[in-house]
Amino acid sequence: MASLKDIQDRINSTKKTQQITRAMQMVSASKLARAEENAKRYASYSEKIQEVIANIASNNSDVSHPMLERREVKRTGYILVTADSGLAGAYNSNVIRKLYTTIAERHKSQDEFTIIGIGRMGVDYCRKNDYELADTVIGLADQPQYAEIKGIASRAVQLFADEKIDELKIIYNHFVSAISQEVQMDTLIPVTNIDAAESSSTYEYEPNEESILEVLLPQYAESLVYGALLDAKASEHAARMTAMSAATDNADDLIGDLTLSYNRARQAAITQEISEIVGGAAALE
Amino acid sequence: MNTLTVSVVTPDGQVLENDYQMLSCKAEGGELGILPGHIPLVAPLTINAVRLKREDNGEDLVAVNGGFLEVRPDKVTILAQSAEVANDIDVERAERAKERAAQLLESNNPEVDVERAKLALSRAMNRLSVAQR
Repeated sequence: MASLKDIQDRINSTKKTQQITRAMQMVSASKLARAEENAKRYASYSEKIQEVIANIASNNSDVSHPMLERREVKRTGYILVTADSGLAGAYNSNVIRKLYTTIAERHKSQDEFTIIGIGRMGVDYCRKNDYELADTVIGLADQPQYAEIKGIASRAVQLFADEKIDELKIIYNHFVSAISQEVQMDTLIPVTNIDAAESSSTYEYEPNEESILEVLLPQYAESLVYGALLDAKASEHAARMTAMSAATDNADDLIGDLTLSYNRARQAAITQEISEIVGGAAALE
Repeated sequence: MNTLTVSVVTPDGQVLENDYQMLSCKAEGGELGILPGHIPLVAPLTINAVRLKREDNGEDLVAVNGGFLEVRPDKVTILAQSAEVANDIDVERAERAKERAAQLLESNNPEVDVERAKLALSRAMNRLSVAQR
C-alpha cells in the first residue's frame, strides 16, 4: 500500500494539473466567444457575395467561367484544417481520419491528390505519410484576420486556374454548438452550390458578366476558405473547452478517490499505533 | 433630399455605413459616379480611392483594394477583400509595404512575382494617397 506521503504528493500534483486545465478551459471559452463574433461579421460579407453570384448565374444561363465548370478530375486538392496543438479532444484526429478515408476511397496513387495543410497537426501527419504538400500554414492566430489567409487562399485558387488540380475540397470541423462539432468536407471549386435565390432586381453589368465573374469567383472562393477557417477556429476553441472541462472534472474525481484512500491510510496508521501501544502496555503487566 | 446608403463590407466586418449624396469611384471600365436612384448595377473596382460626398458637402475617402460595387436605387454595397477609411490607415505600415514592393520590382530578380509586387505597390500607394488627403 502506498504511503501517506505518496498519496499526498499525488493529490497535490493532480490539483496543480487541475488548475492548468481549468485555466485552459476558461481561456478557450473566451476565445470561443470571440470566434463566434468573427464568424458573424464574416457572414454579412459572404451572404452578399453569394447573392450577387447567384443573381448572375440565374439570370444568364449562357455565362461560363472555368471555375463554374466541372472538368474531368485527374488531381484533387485538399485543404486540411487542423489545430497547431493537441489537447482538444478528437478535434484533430477526426479531420485527419476523414482525410485518410477519403484518400483511401478515391485515389489509387499519390499523384492524384495534393494537400494544402493549415495547422501543425495536419501538416505533421502529411509529412509522416509522405503526402505531397502544396502549401502549408502554421501558427495562425486564434482570431485570424483575412489578410493572414489571403495568401494561401489565392494560391490554392491559382492551382486550379493553372490546371494543376481539377477540384478543390476543404476538410474542417464545422461548428454546430459548443459541445458538438462535425467534420465536414466541402467542394470549393468548381463552384456549384449556388442556390439561385429569387432575385429581387436584375442588374446591369459594367462592362459585362464575364469580366464580373472573372473578379468575383476567385474572390468568392477565397472568402469561402476564410469562412471555413473561422468555422474551424470556433470549433477548435469549443473542442478544447469541452476537453479541458472533462479533464477538470476527471481531476476532481481522482482527487476525491485519492483523498478517500489518504484518509483510510491515515486511519489505519492511527489504529495500528494504538494497538501497538495497547499491546506494549499489556506486555508490561 | 435624396440620399444613398453606402456600406463597405470586408471579410473582417463592415468598414462603413452611412448616407451620402453621391459616390464616385474608379471601376475597371472607367470612372463611375453614382447618384440616388441609379439603376441596379454591378461593376468590378480597381485599387483606388472611393470618394463619398456627405450631406454637408464634405467628402469622405475610402481606400478600397479591388473588389466590386453593387448598386441598387437607394443602396450601394462595396464588397472588397480589404478597405479602410482614411483615419484607420496605418501610414507606417503602408510606407513599409511600398518600399518593400518597390525594392522587389527594382531588384529584377527572376523569382519575384512581378504582378503581385505591382499589386502590393498600388495598394500601398492607394492607402497613402487616401491617408494624406
